[in-house]
Amino acid sequence: MSYAKAQSKSAVWDWLTTVDHKKIGIMYLVAGAFFFALGGFEAILMRIQLMFPEASFLPAQTFNELLTMHGTTMIFLAAMPILFGLMNYIVPLQIGARDVAFPFLNSLGFWLFLFGGILLNLSWFFGGAPDAGWTAYVPLSSEYSGTGIDYYVLGLQISGAGTLIGGINFLVTIINMRAPGMSMMRMPLFTWSTFVASTLILFAFPALTIGLLLLMLERIFGATYFAVHAGGNVVIWQHLFWIFGHPEVYILILPAFGIFSEIISTFSKKRLFGYSAMVFATLLIGFLGFMVWAHHMFTVGMGPIANSIFAVATMAIAVPTGIKIFNWLFTMMGGRIQFTTANLFALGFIPSFVMGGVTGVMLATSAANYQFHDTYFVVAHFHYVIIGGVVLGIFGGAFYWWPRMFGYKLDEKLGKIFFWMFLFGFHLTFFVQHFLGLMGMPRRVASYLDGQGLNDMNFISTIGAFLMGVAFIIFVVNIFVSMKNRETSGDPWDGRTLEWTIPSPTPEYNFAQTPLVRDVDAYWHEKYEGDGKMKAAEPLGDIHMPNGSILPVIISIGLFISSFGFIYREHGVIWVAILGLAITFGAMFVRSIKEDHGYHIPVEEIKNDKGGK
Amino acid sequence: MAQHGIDPTAPLTGEPTKKTKRKLAKELRTQLISFTFMIFLTTIAFISIASDAIPTGFAIPFILLLACIQVVLQLYVFMHLNERGNGWQNAMIWTGVLIAIPTVASLMLLLGIVKF
Amino acid sequence: MADQHVQTLPPNLEKATLEGKNKYLGFWLFLGGETILFASLFGTYLGLRGSLNGGPGPSDLFHLPLVFIMTMILLTSSLTSVFAIISMKKGNYKGLLTWMTVTVLLGAAFLGFEIYEFVEYVEHDLGFTTSAFGSAFYTLVGTHGAHVAFGIAWITTLIIRYRKSGLTLTNAPKFYVAVLYWHFIDVVWVFIFSVVYLMGIGG
Repeated sequence: MSYAKAQSKSAVWDWLTTVDHKKIGIMYLVAGAFFFALGGFEAILMRIQLMFPEASFLPAQTFNELLTMHGTTMIFLAAMPILFGLMNYIVPLQIGARDVAFPFLNSLGFWLFLFGGILLNLSWFFGGAPDAGWTAYVPLSSEYSGTGIDYYVLGLQISGAGTLIGGINFLVTIINMRAPGMSMMRMPLFTWSTFVASTLILFAFPALTIGLLLLMLERIFGATYFAVHAGGNVVIWQHLFWIFGHPEVYILILPAFGIFSEIISTFSKKRLFGYSAMVFATLLIGFLGFMVWAHHMFTVGMGPIANSIFAVATMAIAVPTGIKIFNWLFTMMGGRIQFTTANLFALGFIPSFVMGGVTGVMLATSAANYQFHDTYFVVAHFHYVIIGGVVLGIFGGAFYWWPRMFGYKLDEKLGKIFFWMFLFGFHLTFFVQHFLGLMGMPRRVASYLDGQGLNDMNFISTIGAFLMGVAFIIFVVNIFVSMKNRETSGDPWDGRTLEWTIPSPTPEYNFAQTPLVRDVDAYWHEKYEGDGKMKAAEPLGDIHMPNGSILPVIISIGLFISSFGFIYREHGVIWVAILGLAITFGAMFVRSIKEDHGYHIPVEEIKNDKGGK
Repeated sequence: MAQHGIDPTAPLTGEPTKKTKRKLAKELRTQLISFTFMIFLTTIAFISIASDAIPTGFAIPFILLLACIQVVLQLYVFMHLNERGNGWQNAMIWTGVLIAIPTVASLMLLLGIVKF
Repeated sequence: MADQHVQTLPPNLEKATLEGKNKYLGFWLFLGGETILFASLFGTYLGLRGSLNGGPGPSDLFHLPLVFIMTMILLTSSLTSVFAIISMKKGNYKGLLTWMTVTVLLGAAFLGFEIYEFVEYVEHDLGFTTSAFGSAFYTLVGTHGAHVAFGIAWITTLIIRYRKSGLTLTNAPKFYVAVLYWHFIDVVWVFIFSVVYLMGIGG
């Protein structure tokens, strides 16, 4: 394909076939935001049901489906894809790369995620959503659930494959594609945390793949891994799920830590305090994240020594996390702090997340865990770390990188209203849930009795949820009303890292010339030690670009179609499954035999772009 | 970027350098020796189980040790993990092994049947 | 562009381009993930191997001679794929294709034995659903077999696609990672014959 041909595609075809990491990043963000809104809506429905005792707003079965889909959607289809969107857009820019290592696989990862997510959500319209909780414990999910679980298994299998591909892509990108001078220990913290989170994806997702495979084989072909009557063991599922599930939590929180490190450093006008300690702490959290999964299973009956080992390992994670918290505080100390919306999210995060961390250590105490297990205390805990950590991080990152990604600044005033309302609503919703849990209210129940002292706090909690919902609407409004605030400087925050060195909007080749990196915070170094511009590591020349491809969409659609064949296997439609797999493997075959060497953007075009800036 | 100007579809002609040839010859020797050794290890493992002379309490840890040696040979001699520039490959494979150990151990032992 | 002749072959053809380097590293990372994939299956098998549910167990079924032959075949195929890579690095493209073909044939022989073995076990009343042991056994060994089958299809595709192209900087990394995959299949098999078959018979 020539340069001219690459430029002449229609918009729809361009987005369907794109392998540009920036466009893929934006698609991740849009799809993730959609699923985030959906998951939030599900949460609000549940809170309405729980607003009053013995309410009948929702049938219990629908409630079960909502709680399952809320958890699954938020983790797999909202939080992770949104983070993937930010990583996709920002990481190559931060390391001075023109693209990711595997542009084709990057696109494939996105489409797999999207079709997996759509498949999962279609269950609402075909016989009911999955209803066994996001953890889908057997035998509930293997023997007592309907087709919803089939959607769960296949939807997550497909989107999980996409995530694994994405993780490998980020790892290779970060290892192989850094600009000259950008050693590992000069990488921005967001890139570092992406790197560690991708490592976790690489090693955690295969366990989920196997868990889902076993559950699928058990449901479809009558295997007996979990069937106690045939000698199976239900704890195997719990291990497999949590060997994946615990690192998954760190896959979410580490990139958020990275975002906060960028924001706090930028808006304190200081280099990040204790950079190498931060990197070390990130690595340590990543490693320990793999050694603690059984703390979700303290009440299973593994035995006291096993429980103690996992309890101690869990508590040990507080140490590197504490290092990070103090480093953020020391970064701010003595700095010229600007209270932008992005920075407000970072400041709000620190106390909120610490509260979640403290309840985490409480839960890690295996003896006390018997009391907390499966109560609202657990619900409060993980919402404090996920919302107080990940969601605040996502919003902070959105405000921070919005001008880079979309070419305009979000309105600060509306942003601050959004922040305060969201933070207040969040604490209102979940703080009281600690006490509901300690009073014995179990999680995942569709109702509770009157006269047990649970009424007031449940009511307060629901009001908080409404506030968060309204706040999110304000955020969406902000996106549209701010569009007029064009931002053309490319460096609106007086940034420190490479993503702020390029013009706005970002050219498709990112860097006309690969920059030469001379320090941590490369741009800041040039601003204060150099002439304010990055040194180039290469002369201006033609730029090689990969060709777009429709094959990722076809591969994903094939798997999507084949899933229906498996789900409705009892209706004699197994041929649909075979057809779908044939489409997928056919497209993979075409990909592997067709060599595709991309095209070059001529140097004149690049000069035009630079002149037009 | 470097690839502009080099056609990646052009058939490569020419010979490897003398140095590379020497290296390849040496490599081949090492690989043949380790292949022979691997055959030997496999045979020993099968014999130690097949013969009744060796008690199983010894044979099982023994064959697992042999398996580990053989796998290390595969990784380093056949798959060239020992070569320079494979630091990340080594790091990731061994991280995988490190995580695989508790995974296998817990699925095997911590099933609530025997309490630990 | 096409008139560029490389007079001496670069020592590491598979890593001569950025694409090749990325593919090489990415594939190793993938193998790191596969480690956990198989660890999960091994763990499941080890957790369930005593749950016979009245069906046949390892010592009723496994025959060492068959497993020994299969092991030798796969080990030899690992060596032939090494020969293929040595040929590639010497610039001997025909040698590369020939040794890859031999590797595929050995792989197919292995797969044939495995299918024969499974049929045999089913005839001896160990079905997929008979017991937790049966399910876990077929899943672990079957996943390995599926990897072998995929490897055969993959390498065959490469051989046919590039039968006339000669060695290029594009196909060298492709052959190289396919061989890495093949070695990894052998690595997994070493643990399967030790943990499943030998430990199954030995105790």
